[in-house]
Amino acid sequence: MDTAPSGFAVAQVACPVLESVAVGQRYHRLVVAAPGLAARTRPGQFCHLLCRDAGGSGPFLRRPMSVWRIGADGTLGFLLHVKGRGTAALARLRPGDALDVVGPLGVGFALPPTARRILVLARGVGLATLAPLVGSGPQVHAVLSARAPGDLMADEFGASSYDAVFDSDGSSAPAAVEALLRRRFETERPDAVFTCGSNRLFLVLQRLAAEYGIPGQVALEQQMGCGLGMCFCCVRDIRDEAGHISHQRVCREGPVFDLQQALAW
Amino acid sequence: MVRLATRIGRLTLANPVMPASGTFGPELAEVMDLDRLGALVTKSVTPEARLGNALPRLAETENGLLNSIGIPGKGLDAFVAQAMPEWRRFRAPLVVSLSAPSVAEFAHAAAVLAATPGVAAIEANISCPNLEEDGRAFAMLPETAAAAVAAVRAACALPLWVKLSPNTADIAAVARACEAAGAEALVVANTILGLAIDIETARPKLGAGMGGLSGPAFKPIALRLVWQCAQAVGIPIIGVGGISTAEDAVEFLMAGASAVQVGTASFVQPTAMLDVLDGLVAFCTRRGIGDVAQLVGAALPRERLAAE
Repeated sequence: MDTAPSGFAVAQVACPVLESVAVGQRYHRLVVAAPGLAARTRPGQFCHLLCRDAGGSGPFLRRPMSVWRIGADGTLGFLLHVKGRGTAALARLRPGDALDVVGPLGVGFALPPTARRILVLARGVGLATLAPLVGSGPQVHAVLSARAPGDLMADEFGASSYDAVFDSDGSSAPAAVEALLRRRFETERPDAVFTCGSNRLFLVLQRLAAEYGIPGQVALEQQMGCGLGMCFCCVRDIRDEAGHISHQRVCREGPVFDLQQALAW
Repeated sequence: MVRLATRIGRLTLANPVMPASGTFGPELAEVMDLDRLGALVTKSVTPEARLGNALPRLAETENGLLNSIGIPGKGLDAFVAQAMPEWRRFRAPLVVSLSAPSVAEFAHAAAVLAATPGVAAIEANISCPNLEEDGRAFAMLPETAAAAVAAVRAACALPLWVKLSPNTADIAAVARACEAAGAEALVVANTILGLAIDIETARPKLGAGMGGLSGPAFKPIALRLVWQCAQAVGIPIIGVGGISTAEDAVEFLMAGASAVQVGTASFVQPTAMLDVLDGLVAFCTRRGIGDVAQLVGAALPRERLAAE
């Protein structure tokens, strides 16, 4: 149980599972009690989860998972796309089981201090990473992209103001999303933009944000080994202010990067 | 009280538990007290800056891990200027893992490290490709291994540990050659080459193709290598390969290792090294063993022990 501060910035904690619920066809919601971790976790950070069910089954390595909900009541929430052995093991956890969490990890979002209105562009479960921005201060408008209305998870995202676009009716095509963003930038210009979950949407937002001069950030995903910055498995190409491209660790220098400095993946 | 002080050649460590090169960095200080470790071991430093290998760099296996990271780094000069000040914050002796593409570059880099305050020992990583021998690792053959070790030995007076590779036909011969060339301790062993294939794409799962297997799946092989080397040489051996618990560490000590390195286990349990250390003390206490050194070689054939 996660109670007293350990004196270390990152802790490994066995957190009691409070809630473990399927969301739609493909997703799953896990909420754990983690008062010490929740108090230290900032929007955009992630935790490294030991994906073992109550019987101990699961893959060898941990899995990095964005923090979807940072509860004022000392809870942490994760929203998973159940697609492999690790997430399947997590989805088998039940209330009362323990989830072994290492965190909080990585560099989260940096809101410009003067930001009053922000726009977030999320694809699929990428909305989990962006959800903690709701309620972080500025007014949030979201553009949520999903395969079909049944996959949207607007309730899980939590913003009252959003546009939904879908593969099923063609509204999620990059050109359509670009038109939608342009209208938004013209009528209710955001002070900053944030995205996660799609390379194609990232490219659209990067280009438009540059054109309109709006600062932004992107949360990247990558396979990880240690999650702490030691193994150099999760590097991505990042361009610095001088235009020089170098490898940066998604777990350490990220997962949140400047929108203009990140490169397509 | 269990005595933990461990002699590795000219160095005396506070205890026999340390990290394995490549799986460790100062970042771990965010999770645990690094001053409790017997030594610190850096990622391999290379003379030149290196980008590293193509992604993906890791592939999970049953109870283990294949990696082909490719020793990315900013090179020796940046290591001395930027990384060393950070390492000097910690108390445990700093062992710098050194890798180089040629005998001459091994020698030059060793001389640079010898002139760098705060370096307690060099761990020569001779598992890297030797560009003068068609890219075959120095550690594959006794002659090439000895050439690299002798070059480092001649270039500096620092305590010299040599990390052997399992990817050789006769590890005992390589071990003897390294001892004769001036190694003061052997680190046994690096990862063993393996492969994983994505059957949907019919491509290797690692960007570089082959990779090194580590983790619990590799432990019996590493343990066997330690046992063979311990019977081949008189210098201390540091056991490494799949150690994740104190029981694993005891096995390595009994096979002839004087100390152990913990690597991949730290990815799964960030405090694995401290768990191994605490468990080692608990094991000795339960068995009435007053000095952890009493475990060293306990499982070796008796004629070997009599000869000492």
